Amino acid sequence: MVLYRSGLDPWADPLATLQRIQNEVNRAFGGARPRTAPEFPPLNVWRGENGVIVVAEVPGVTLEDLEITVHQNTLTVRGRREPGVTEDRVTFHRREREFGAFARTLTLPFNVDPDQVRAQAHAGILTIELPRPEAEKPKRIEIRTA
Amino acid sequence: MIDQSSSQAPMSEDRPETTRNRPVFSPPTDIYETEDALIVSMEMPGVEPDGVDVTLDKRVLTITGVGQSVEPEGYALSHAEYRAGDYERAFTLSENIDRDGIEAALRDGVLRLTLPKVKPAPAKTISVKAG
Repeated sequence: MVLYRSGLDPWADPLATLQRIQNEVNRAFGGARPRTAPEFPPLNVWRGENGVIVVAEVPGVTLEDLEITVHQNTLTVRGRREPGVTEDRVTFHRREREFGAFARTLTLPFNVDPDQVRAQAHAGILTIELPRPEAEKPKRIEIRTA
Repeated sequence: MIDQSSSQAPMSEDRPETTRNRPVFSPPTDIYETEDALIVSMEMPGVEPDGVDVTLDKRVLTITGVGQSVEPEGYALSHAEYRAGDYERAFTLSENIDRDGIEAALRDGVLRLTLPKVKPAPAKTISVKAG
């Protein structure tokens, strides 16, 4: 018996509940990864000495539509993709783009000072710079011969 | 041995190869019709307005976009979920389109094309004169 008790109202997003049940079922039967649509937005993570740069493809999304939060070593990007149909009475020929709420969470290899985080969005590409605080930088240890 | 798989376009096989060694994607597209126009809305993240090319040859609408990739200097890619690339798609239109009225706008990586329909000529009554 598995109890689904989360802080969310299960009826607010029934698909999320279904997804969660599916994940549970998949985990119970051999743990095969379900072949679902890739998560949105797709992220590329760049690592360097001075920190991490997260780059995401977010077509149609502006910085105002996004909520970026950093807590210790966890980065969360939330937002909503709004359909750009402004006219009423339209006939769809093709509907391939996806809309709705999205959220991604990423665990970073170090704690981040939220005040140092910079984000910019341009041409549907979101860039989040997460500098590594001085205290978190690796220290080179001098080895002395006795 | 040359590994062909990495240089091929991931979405279409019948297209000639590009000279640049980067993928050509078939971007997700919405097409809908209003009373007086056909609207095409296509996701092409990483494309600047001058990288888009839209042509309408007879009834075939071809859209290409050249994407810019973000590669921060001094950083190494440690986790990748997408590849930057170019975009190409072609559609055969069934409506009669007013070629001179086509408008294209690129905003936040989404291209929006407005293709106005040709208005049908108003019915004309021909008066018959008595001979």
